[in-house]
Amino acid sequence: MSNITEINNEIAEHHSTLANQSTDEDYTILNLGPTHPATHGIFQNILKMDGEIIKDAEQTIGYIHRAFEKIAEHRPFYQVTPLTDRLNYCSSPINNMGWHMTVEKLIGASIPKRAQYMRVIIMELARIADHIICNTIIGADTGALTGFTYMFQWREKIYDIYEQICGARLTTNIGRIGGLERDFNDEVYKKIKEFLRDFPKALTEFTALLERNRIFMDRIVNVGGISGERALAYGFTGPNLRAAGIDYDVRVMNPYSSYEDFEFAIPIGTSGDTYDRFRVRQEEMWESMKIIQQALDNMPHGKYFADVPEFYLPQKEDVYTSMESLIWHFKIVMGETDVPKGEVYHSVEGGNGELGFYLVSDGGRSAYRLHFRRPCFIYYQAYPEMIKGSMLSDAILTMSSMNVIAGELDA
Amino acid sequence: MSEITNEHLLSRLRAQFGEFIYNESTPYELATIVLRKDKITEVLHWLYNDPEFKFQFLTDVCGIHFPEAKGAELGIIYHLHSLANNLRLRIKCFVPVENPSIATITSIFPAANWQERETFDFYGILFEGHPDLRRILNVEEMDYFPLRKEYPLEDGTRTDKEDQYFGR
Repeated sequence: MSNITEINNEIAEHHSTLANQSTDEDYTILNLGPTHPATHGIFQNILKMDGEIIKDAEQTIGYIHRAFEKIAEHRPFYQVTPLTDRLNYCSSPINNMGWHMTVEKLIGASIPKRAQYMRVIIMELARIADHIICNTIIGADTGALTGFTYMFQWREKIYDIYEQICGARLTTNIGRIGGLERDFNDEVYKKIKEFLRDFPKALTEFTALLERNRIFMDRIVNVGGISGERALAYGFTGPNLRAAGIDYDVRVMNPYSSYEDFEFAIPIGTSGDTYDRFRVRQEEMWESMKIIQQALDNMPHGKYFADVPEFYLPQKEDVYTSMESLIWHFKIVMGETDVPKGEVYHSVEGGNGELGFYLVSDGGRSAYRLHFRRPCFIYYQAYPEMIKGSMLSDAILTMSSMNVIAGELDA
Repeated sequence: MSEITNEHLLSRLRAQFGEFIYNESTPYELATIVLRKDKITEVLHWLYNDPEFKFQFLTDVCGIHFPEAKGAELGIIYHLHSLANNLRLRIKCFVPVENPSIATITSIFPAANWQERETFDFYGILFEGHPDLRRILNVEEMDYFPLRKEYPLEDGTRTDKEDQYFGR
């Protein structure tokens, strides 16, 4: 930690000799947020500034707290899925899938391979969408708005794929407990193939625009660094931890949804600074595309939902024609199915880290206790340590590169 | 690297801290112990420094409320992860609702800082020695702990909603 901070301090001091000349003890208090365009969400940072240099910082969060954990204790399991949409809303399908898999683990459902591969495709598309947002925002915050406007159409194309699969775009509520709500239609395959064909070109162009760009590198190399040791102590996960050089990825460490079937690399950084976080996300997009391609190539045949009639909503035409389906439909919608007693922890690799679900069930219609392990709630507490001694403009970049999503921060 | 089993982990914990462990189980392949509350920092220190286990990553801290369990109404649940061995451990401590205090673990895991604040915010569990134990998600003026079971989800005085068929 010390050497990175020292380097940061050196650079910061070098860049701000003028601002530093008034070194009396009068500090300025600056409110960054709650509604500052650079926070990209509603949370506040109270900065103690000495000229341009940040001496201390304190975060205030909770502006969009919606009591999801309390609501979840009063809703049947399928009604919790829309709540998970609104955690990290940049990659809601991953949250949906994580929640479905938690309940499936609790009830002991075995999901057919086809459904698992379909889920992998959706989750990796969501990861690409998430990283597109985060990395282009880093560009936008440095003033390079071109990449942002250009790459966002590719996020749109991913949302078009979601729309074909489930009908929704941002808060997707995709899939069901027990599988997917419907099979991929031809249009979905067509759109995914088009995406895999055309996106590499756009990503290469975006990379060429920024990755070795002198101005961009000067702005973000050695900005907001954190050592692997401190990152672990602060509970970092996801790309932010891997940028600090620690290769922890839930997809590899505790594979879920058949991730063990796929060949992909885990990109890691060395110094844990903003540039490394940017690079790790760039590389992860390429790896995600590899995973999607493999899933398409090896898509197993079979059913896309598990045999759990007490949790998986029956097909609508069966509800109209068969008594049994009608009964299950009624029981599920009214929340009349009981779940086994038990407690289960399940985590998935979300767009910004390990998204965990700790579910305690007392056997009733809803959870006795549900706790979301929200990755950015845990790693955002390291923010003051990462920006102390650096300049305000560096603090903005550090924040945008940490991928802090207000919806997930406040749950 | 030989894989460490849950049984081995639990048996070593039992040998070291047997008299303080009230209960142990492995629901869904995750080793779980119920620990006497004043031993939490000692056990976490031991797990952190043990050359075999190296539980050096704190995954999660959260609270839970069992109003019927007299004398142990509030629980604090820690999820630890040993990245070196890919082994997880869940530790639960229970405290009475009249005196809900437990030692902080922020000196071992800085990541616990906000998670303990969140647990305090929702359950009123007092973490002794915490550097900055304030509410984090709810407003400071709030005078109750909303995730405790006695607080209803919705305002009980409302008359415009008839939910009797939905069992809310």
